[in-house]
Amino acid sequence: MSSDILKNDIRPDDELSLQIGERDGIRDKLKRMCRQNPLAAVSAIVILIFILMAIFAPIIAPYGETEPDLLNRLQDPSLTHLLGTDELGRDLFSRMLYGSRLSITIGILPSLISLIIGVIAGLVAGYFGGWIDYVIMRIADVMLSVPSLLLAMVVMYTLGTSTINLFVALTMTGWSSVARVVRSHTLSIKESEYVEAARSIGVSKWKIMFRHIFPNCIPSLIVLFTLNVPSAILSESSLSFLGIGIKVPFASWGLIVNQGRQFLFTQPWLCLAPCVAIMIIVLAFNFLGDGLRDVLDPYMQR
Amino acid sequence: MKYFLKRVIGTIPVLLGVVLLIFIMLRIIPGSPVLVMLGEHYDQETIERLTELMGLDQPLLVQFFDYVKGALMGDLGVSYRYQRPVADMIMDALPYTVKLAVMAALFAWVMGLVSGIIAAVNNNNFIDRLFMGVSLLGVSMPIFMTSLVLQYIFSFKLGILPMTEDGSMVSMILPAIALGWNSAGSVARMTRSSLIEVMQADYIDTAKAKGLLRGAVIMKHALRNSLLPVVTMMALQLSSMLSGAVITESVFAIPGIGRLATEAISNRDMPVLQGTVLFTTVIVIAGNLLADMLYSVLDPRIRKGE
Amino acid sequence: MDDRNILEIRGLRSYFFTEKGTVPAVDGVDIDVPKGSIVGLVGESGCGKSMTVRSIMGLVKYPGRVVEGSMCFDGRELSGLRENELRKICGDDISMIFQEPMTSLNPVMKVGKQVREALMIHDRSISRAEADKKVMEIFEKVGIPEPEKRLECYPHQLSGGLRQRVMIAMAMICRPKLLIADEPTTALDVTIEAQILRLMKELRDETGMSVLLITHNLGVVAEICDYVYVMYAGRIVEQAETFELFDHTAHPYTRGLLDSIPRIGGSAERLHTIPGVVPNLLHLPKGCAFCNRCGYAEEACHKAGGELMEIRPGHKVRCIKPLETEVKA
Repeated sequence: MSSDILKNDIRPDDELSLQIGERDGIRDKLKRMCRQNPLAAVSAIVILIFILMAIFAPIIAPYGETEPDLLNRLQDPSLTHLLGTDELGRDLFSRMLYGSRLSITIGILPSLISLIIGVIAGLVAGYFGGWIDYVIMRIADVMLSVPSLLLAMVVMYTLGTSTINLFVALTMTGWSSVARVVRSHTLSIKESEYVEAARSIGVSKWKIMFRHIFPNCIPSLIVLFTLNVPSAILSESSLSFLGIGIKVPFASWGLIVNQGRQFLFTQPWLCLAPCVAIMIIVLAFNFLGDGLRDVLDPYMQR
Repeated sequence: MKYFLKRVIGTIPVLLGVVLLIFIMLRIIPGSPVLVMLGEHYDQETIERLTELMGLDQPLLVQFFDYVKGALMGDLGVSYRYQRPVADMIMDALPYTVKLAVMAALFAWVMGLVSGIIAAVNNNNFIDRLFMGVSLLGVSMPIFMTSLVLQYIFSFKLGILPMTEDGSMVSMILPAIALGWNSAGSVARMTRSSLIEVMQADYIDTAKAKGLLRGAVIMKHALRNSLLPVVTMMALQLSSMLSGAVITESVFAIPGIGRLATEAISNRDMPVLQGTVLFTTVIVIAGNLLADMLYSVLDPRIRKGE
Repeated sequence: MDDRNILEIRGLRSYFFTEKGTVPAVDGVDIDVPKGSIVGLVGESGCGKSMTVRSIMGLVKYPGRVVEGSMCFDGRELSGLRENELRKICGDDISMIFQEPMTSLNPVMKVGKQVREALMIHDRSISRAEADKKVMEIFEKVGIPEPEKRLECYPHQLSGGLRQRVMIAMAMICRPKLLIADEPTTALDVTIEAQILRLMKELRDETGMSVLLITHNLGVVAEICDYVYVMYAGRIVEQAETFELFDHTAHPYTRGLLDSIPRIGGSAERLHTIPGVVPNLLHLPKGCAFCNRCGYAEEACHKAGGELMEIRPGHKVRCIKPLETEVKA
């Protein structure tokens, strides 16, 4: 019959939800995600492995991060050098392990900071409304209008290329989308009966915002965070690829690609191996984010 | 029309905000740009003369309004490095970026829409998973990786397409695919999820109850409704596409606007960087307006202005 | 099949297959719709009435599925049909009106075109101008003022009542033999509700079609139905002609529904409600599905549910201890 059209991503029928009449807790939802979407679970494991490898890089890495070995330059992958060596004879695998520390940190930390800023901005804008809302949201519009890579380039131009400045650049571009989501949640929850009730018994504004409205945003925020991390990783690697991100001798994946680029046609693995690493972790975060969205937040628009 | 006019006016504060942001950010750098210009050999008198000439002795606010005034008349300042008007440099670079972006956008939208629809109607079977897997791969590949891989395969190994830009349309194919690949993935994912959601709507039941066959239900009723969010997303893609153009132009040596920006950074050429960032932002904002207009054509509920 | 019936449903089972288990939303339902009559299907939200009619139209949504049963329409078995064959009947001989006029019309298509479409699917030879003329006629018939202007309207420009009239026009334009109306008035104001019900009755009288009306409101049933089925937890619990049902209510559930209709001039007592809610179909009680909410339940009720039994001519009830009393005034 026709009913088998489009089985996925559906809201359960009203009738059905009435009949089952039970709501899942967050743990049930995560369990369901693992069952429905094993790729998301695998992705979570992949991310964990990457993080562990980054933390224990000094133990795992067979060679030091910046240990030149001019006798063994541009070696092909072998048992002694898993992914070969670069033009200074540095072991690519070890460099990538160390590089993952910066790449992953830069994926997670700025996303976390922009999450915090975005939540506060969104709550304040949505709750207070009026000119405060107007000003905050126009600032967010400004940030969203400038192509993110170019905005980051301006920041790097002004503040100079350093890891901290890279954090600033990525935070500046990341908070506005969070703010928009939180604001729209706030607007809808603000009018609900229980917020009205809380207000009528004199609960303070800030308490309403953080105790009553904020918890409702958490599922969306988890999803948003999971999807912001990979875009931060991509931004960092793009900047470093252009030579305006991380400074040598610190390695990040993007920088290793940048340095290996000149050998694309002779030793392609030098730039493609870190590319693949970036792709895998970004893919994993995207898979996880998709899986989380399906179970936590089926109504969220992309 | 009134709605559209309102939207146009609504962008003015955002535009001013962008100018202000870029302007301030590029001017809080320690050290005078005059020093950058002069390089190693300078004397105090020259510095003072140049500072005055460039209006850098004026208060920041005056400088800002002078800049906005100039920008409105098409004057974006003069490059420190090349001593050319920035506006001229941008106009020289623009055709390359436009060519690149248009080809990339065409590739992205056609590929994205078609594969999104194919995936949605094959909901959850092998074809759906295949298409969505490839799309997610598209979204997850850094643009420089796509560029390098395409270059390696098609230029180096197969030798069928030029390595770098040489003025011909053919040489734009690889950069356009590299740039569009990413957006194609997002468009496909959005189209799919939107179409699937729309297929759950009540009016789809109505259409089926009327006796429409499945293909007609999708083509006549579902598609147009499901395109609404996709259009918005396509406009948002413009921004990330221009970010991506910076990278593809660098990899394929295309003398476009993105290239101008990267060079401006290595040359510490502030007016050029400022000009290119402003220019691309204006394009993004204009793109969003255009999407709004298209949206209102597709959705009568907005057309009437409520 | 009895050829006095336009529709005969026998042993229909439609289940939702969820991760938590199988939900028997429709669990063995028999319904007859005689030609030219209006049959009501009554029950609370979630009792499976919508699922029943969706099964007829092939509109059951995933994860639901028709498991078994026969649906015989005008001498044709519907349950085994391929989708494309079913669609030829849908909209032409059987048409359907949905509960939510707000969301049941395509927001980006003019209503005239939506109605015209229904006509042109089933009559490919008709020209656009002819079709438009017919649409205008039917608009007039269902009481849409200024039909030529409304043709060019988008759904959001019409009120809820007008939209439901458009839905009715769309359903009526092919002169169906059976109209299925799934809570057509629930989303509307009371005054509009009366108008819509009257319209449906008039159309029935005029064209001789049959109507299967889904509602949770026994007041609506009393107004226009000839025959009533009462559904509870996926099953028919009582069926009778309308007057018979109101006069000799036999199932405690039907009684509960009747008592909860507010009446003008009724005693000042508190309005009756049925305690509790529709049971979770995943964990149905062992005996009668209603026993936990039933004021008359005895021990036996918790052990085994009854079968549908005829207690008077044409009056069946699924209760081992049917009420025999007259309705108190």
